[in-house]
Amino acid sequence: MRFTRSIALGLVATTLAAGAAHAQQNFDQVIKARKGQFEIMAHSMGILGAMARGNVPYDAAAAKAAADNVAAVTKLNQTALWPAASHNGTTKGTRAQPNIFDNVADFTAKWQELGKRAAALQGAAGNGLEALRPALGAVGGACQDCHEKYRAPAN
Amino acid sequence: MSVTLRATLLVVALVAIAGWILTRPAGLDRDLLEGVAGDANRGAAVFWAGGCASCHAAEGDAAGPVDPARPLLAGGHRLETDFGVFVGPNISPDPVHGIGSWTLAEFADAMLRGVSPDGRHYYPVFPYTSYAKMTIQDVADLKAFLDTLPASNRADEPHELRFPYSVRRGIGLWKLRYLTTDWVAPAEGERAERGRYLVEALSHCGECHSPRDRFGGLDTSRWMAGAPNPSGSGTIPNITPARLDWSAGDIAYYLETGFDPNFDSAGGSMASVIKNLARISADDRAAIAEYVKALPPRE
Repeated sequence: MRFTRSIALGLVATTLAAGAAHAQQNFDQVIKARKGQFEIMAHSMGILGAMARGNVPYDAAAAKAAADNVAAVTKLNQTALWPAASHNGTTKGTRAQPNIFDNVADFTAKWQELGKRAAALQGAAGNGLEALRPALGAVGGACQDCHEKYRAPAN
Repeated sequence: MSVTLRATLLVVALVAIAGWILTRPAGLDRDLLEGVAGDANRGAAVFWAGGCASCHAAEGDAAGPVDPARPLLAGGHRLETDFGVFVGPNISPDPVHGIGSWTLAEFADAMLRGVSPDGRHYYPVFPYTSYAKMTIQDVADLKAFLDTLPASNRADEPHELRFPYSVRRGIGLWKLRYLTTDWVAPAEGERAERGRYLVEALSHCGECHSPRDRFGGLDTSRWMAGAPNPSGSGTIPNITPARLDWSAGDIAYYLETGFDPNFDSAGGSMASVIKNLARISADDRAAIAEYVKALPPRE
């Protein structure tokens, strides 16, 4: 009986250790994936921003396409991309702070707010610079609201 | 009593008296305020350039349904540092819990000398070492604007500091060394002077972007060369031309929108700074950008 129990405990411990190592590996992949979605957003915002700043001529079709991509990223289901403890306290290569996982409801609400503003940007981007600028600013505000609280400065 | 002992005691007493006098909180010369009247409209620009809301605005639900252009300065922001936790005080116009009953002279003592109306030193986490370079007129205008904001009756919470930082009198010595109205960078011409005034006095950029020496004073030999984050992990970046290669236009756009040239978006305390600087004039943001571009490069 005692013997059986120690085997069982041993198995549990082994499983936990293996699970931890496995989780570590998965974090690397999941962090790559979630950073990738932000890279797509930044690239599309860059196309819109270059027009907003007057660095390139306004192009309604290109603006609409870029806004479509921003909005598309905000529609990706985030559940699997933020596993518990996948933050800069456990893992290199991320600036996601541990407080995300203590404030999941707020973090989710901020992501949804971004989605709302991205949808508005999608509607506005093709309607001229005067429509694009404030909509782009609103999306930027949503980015910062989340980064302010949940992203660490670069090292 | 031996002669040596008596001499020693005398020296100790003299040092104690000198120390008491030197660390005494000293307010501003009242003559400087003669005939100065504040203008609330101009004060709004001072308020946003000064970044007051970052530490004094109520957060989350406590903020209530307020107009973001007229924040409720109820305090409560917790700044976690190596010295302990500083809690931003209520500076709304409430006469009891805020600063509504302060005279302009008392307000100027706080802003320019770091001294409270009851004659105590403020901790330099309140960046009066930068605000000390402000004009009296801007101080008066700022007060006039603050007086127009909504009042909150939230009571202040004490800071949670470790000894010896919990002893305020020690700040008197610190001020002797670090409270100065001298500019750090040279500036030629009206526009460059405006940029310097915004950066070094109002917006107090150096408080986070410059490293501190072992007594917590700013190391001006490494001005804007980056520093450990004073309230969290990571590093506040070096913004001298040695590291920051953005154009003046890039910097001004970042200060307005939070987008860097790669369209990454600002985070941490800088996100809050940008919410403030988005409300100053485009000319002022451009003047800040030019000051940053002209900084001496430091690795």
